[in-house]
Amino acid sequence: MNLDWDEFIVTGEPFIHAGQISILLTSLGIIFVLTYFKKWKWLWNEWITSVDHRKIGIMYIIASMLMLIRAGVDALMMRTQLAVPEMPFLGEAQHYNEIFTTHGTIMIIFVATPFLIGLMNVATPLQIGARDVAFPFLNNLSFWTFFWGAMLFNISFVIGGAPDAGWSAYMPLASNDLSPGPGQNFYLLGLQITGIGTLATGINFVVTILKMRAKGMTLMRMPMFTWTTLITSLIIIGAFPILTVALAMQTFDRLWDTAFFTLQDGGMPMMWVNLFWLWGHPEVYIVILPAFGIFSEIITTFARKRLFGYTSMVFAIAAISGLSFLVWVHHFFTMGAGPMVNSFFSISTMAIAVPTGVKIFNWLATLHRGRIRFSVPMVWALGFIPNFTVGGVTGVMLAMAAADYQYHNTYFLVSHFHYVLIAGTIFACFAGTIYWWPKMFGVKLNARLGYWMFWLFMIGFNICFFPQYFLGLDGMPRRIYTYFPEDGWFSLNFISTVGAFMMGIAFVIFVYNIYYSYRYQPREMSGDAWDGRTLEWATSSAVPPHYNFAKIPEVKGQDAFWQMKQEGIDPNDIEEYQDIHMPNNTGTPFVMCVFMFIGGFGLVFHWWPIAIVGAIGIFACMIQRSFSRDDGHIVSAEEVRKEEEGIREGQAHENG
Amino acid sequence: MMIITSGCGMTVLDPEGTVGEQQRDLIILSITFMLIIVLVVLILLTYFLVKYRERDGHRGYDPNIDGSVKLEVIWTAIPIAIVTVLSIPTVYTIFNIEEVPEASTENEEPLVVHATSSNWMWIFSYPEEDIETINYLNIPVDRPVLFKLTSADSMASFWVPQLGGQRYNMAGMETELYLQAGTEGTYYGRNANYTGEGFAEMRFDVNAIEESAFNEWVADVQEDAPELTQGIYDQFMVPGHVGEYTFSGTHLEWVDHAMDAEYAMEAWEREGYEPTNPHASDAPDGVPQLNIDVEAGSVETEDTQNEETPQEHDSHHHH
Ligand code: HEM
Ligand SMILES: [Cu+2]
Ligand SMILES: [Cu+2]
Repeated sequence: MNLDWDEFIVTGEPFIHAGQISILLTSLGIIFVLTYFKKWKWLWNEWITSVDHRKIGIMYIIASMLMLIRAGVDALMMRTQLAVPEMPFLGEAQHYNEIFTTHGTIMIIFVATPFLIGLMNVATPLQIGARDVAFPFLNNLSFWTFFWGAMLFNISFVIGGAPDAGWSAYMPLASNDLSPGPGQNFYLLGLQITGIGTLATGINFVVTILKMRAKGMTLMRMPMFTWTTLITSLIIIGAFPILTVALAMQTFDRLWDTAFFTLQDGGMPMMWVNLFWLWGHPEVYIVILPAFGIFSEIITTFARKRLFGYTSMVFAIAAISGLSFLVWVHHFFTMGAGPMVNSFFSISTMAIAVPTGVKIFNWLATLHRGRIRFSVPMVWALGFIPNFTVGGVTGVMLAMAAADYQYHNTYFLVSHFHYVLIAGTIFACFAGTIYWWPKMFGVKLNARLGYWMFWLFMIGFNICFFPQYFLGLDGMPRRIYTYFPEDGWFSLNFISTVGAFMMGIAFVIFVYNIYYSYRYQPREMSGDAWDGRTLEWATSSAVPPHYNFAKIPEVKGQDAFWQMKQEGIDPNDIEEYQDIHMPNNTGTPFVMCVFMFIGGFGLVFHWWPIAIVGAIGIFACMIQRSFSRDDGHIVSAEEVRKEEEGIREGQAHENG
Repeated sequence: MMIITSGCGMTVLDPEGTVGEQQRDLIILSITFMLIIVLVVLILLTYFLVKYRERDGHRGYDPNIDGSVKLEVIWTAIPIAIVTVLSIPTVYTIFNIEEVPEASTENEEPLVVHATSSNWMWIFSYPEEDIETINYLNIPVDRPVLFKLTSADSMASFWVPQLGGQRYNMAGMETELYLQAGTEGTYYGRNANYTGEGFAEMRFDVNAIEESAFNEWVADVQEDAPELTQGIYDQFMVPGHVGEYTFSGTHLEWVDHAMDAEYAMEAWEREGYEPTNPHASDAPDGVPQLNIDVEAGSVETEDTQNEETPQEHDSHHHH
């Protein structure tokens, strides 16, 4: 690519300059703090090379939250731009286009998916009574592919220019002819690197759940979140290879002038649309099913009841996952595939409403005859029910193809998918993080700040997105950077923007709460912070030691820990300790992913020497890994005993 | 329901033609069902939360209920019933709007218009009348119009909300869409599918006029309008905005983009247009406004900023 050096760094936009300066200052700040407090070694030994599923989970959650801030700022900029007609805020269309493209991509790929994977990492192995995931090395690798893939995507903002063809990257718009410059290459390579790790995570969790359950944990005794993790992982294994191949094909089109999806030489742009949604539709279930799992855990815990209709809940998620591969055409009913095809996909899409409806009613029935405590995680779960229902029923409206011709590509759609993605996925990310926070960090987040955040966010969310249904029905298309006074879309847009800022403030409260709770909240020693029902609450302490369970518990039914408590069994009452075999930390995945980043960066700019350096580095790491012997290490029975007794003492101290 | 339909005058719920009306009816039907579902969920939720919240004198706690086959069958059957009830009119309408709409006048033969999208303008060809317009469209009222849709470059979506739902324009392909205007008037139409920088302003007016006025207009155009040549047409292939134009003759004589997806790229070469990285130092600022001199057959390009939007938009829909 003939790129002048002065084009390498993106210039000309005040926001981009502000971004560059803040990136520089933040990086310098981090380097300074780590150096000043001599934390580099700690960072490397305790976190970067860690194969501990909880630490990896925490890293996932922190990185996703940072990405949520980035994409959230994008959202606020877009909403500001749209607040009034002919707003000069973002200057010109190009800038808006780059922002909505990065917003959508980051939210789906670098927020929703990894956030949930983070929560899976934290909770799932504990829930099934396992010491770690099946492939700890691979788990570390997955995290770093996500992290470095995200970095590669994000630097496009300041280096070379951001992609602007939408998160769906339709061809031929995303081709070299219509999207010249390196922007779209960042999208392709950033997603490719991340996607490989996501696929690995899928495989990892399927094996973990099928192979590593504690004694007595039959499939039909698994907690609902574990079930959704399993099914989600299966969807990942089905869907992500499609993305990998599609991205590779578009990359070939852009870098080596193949003609899979181009206008020239018999390319088939519509093939991209099909492949994209063959992955893309299952992807939206990848980010909603774990959310269902989280809400199931929270609702049963705080209604203090068994989940109503456990078996039908399991069948419902299985049905949803199967159907999710049969409905992709509903994303382009307007392509004129003919009435037969559209009718088929209309009905198959509406069919998903049936198992989803079953789930909603089962959650409601779980509340019936409970003793409901309105804890902070619980209010998020309860808020989810009506808001997600609104998103769901408007989904049915969109599924009615003949009507969808009118909603397609409008704000009606924008509103619908935010109702499901925010009220479903993001509410679940917040709820799950707050719920498992004591398990991760040994304190509960402050509840008063938690309620403030919840109400501000929930109300702001509705103020932001409900008016958009009407904007859609009034003919406002999505992805426009401005409109005219005569369009009559001003007041609803303005209201919508107000709601967006309320959500922004709510998030700031959340971040403050993290700081506040770290400083002032009482430590949580019991390990069972919420009177929980599942095994993660049975571990000895608030922050369980890296081997999870001193002795693997034996499971006798659903809600295993609840049952133990009912029967007066203390899972930590251990007579004889045993040696525990654990995997060693490893730096290879981190180094390998840095090389993926370098290689990807070279490809973005067609700088072959750099790309080759990256490729060599990746292979070198693979070779290093295949020849290294690593048998892990033994935590001796004596060490385990000391650790456990220390924890017990701490608890006694706290209580007494 | 009445408030939603009449009160706010939302374009899609206020159609002016048989196609849009069928879609509106379907939408209203679905909104009714969906409101009922949301209400049921809200009422149940509120009731349980009030009744079973933890408090002094709490009653009715039973932690071991784990399901009820009867209830679960009921709430599986009800959604199935609702989905079935909604599927029938959906499928009926899907098939129905692929047919020629019923016309109330004697002229039931649909008028054929080729609508071609190009970055970032609309090209309308009337093959039987042998005329072509850019960025506006005249159609006779009460007569079905068959749009044959295609694109010169990126995928667009042809949408006139008050007349009916949209359909994609794709290079190398042809899709069809029937619309019909029931009353005279000017309707706002646009590209609804994102096509890059000039997408937001890719709008056009549809003027629905009396059949006789339409025929008169056609005759005038055939006689007075400049003739479309390939040289002029190629200039419309260059990405940018243009105003409204009228020609005699159509581009279908030398290219049908539905058959030839590469045409626009070849025209770029002939016109010496090369795409540039939007962040390059020599990239144009904003979307260029192309002023095509039809008499001289030449083009001038101006870099325009947002304040100079290409089309007049005072005639777009009002509330
Ligand atoms: C504060 C919360 C949010 C606000 C205010 C917001 C706002 C917006 C806006 C204004 C757009 C552009 C619409 C357009 O121009 O067509 C958009 C698009 C989008 N948003 Fe959000 N959003 C928020 C959160 C989220 C979340 C949490 C997700 C996903 C987990 C998400 C996913 C998307 C996607 C996929 C798009 C489509 C992008 C595209 O058209 O390429 N958003 N959002
Ligand atoms: Cu097509
Ligand atoms: Cu879908």
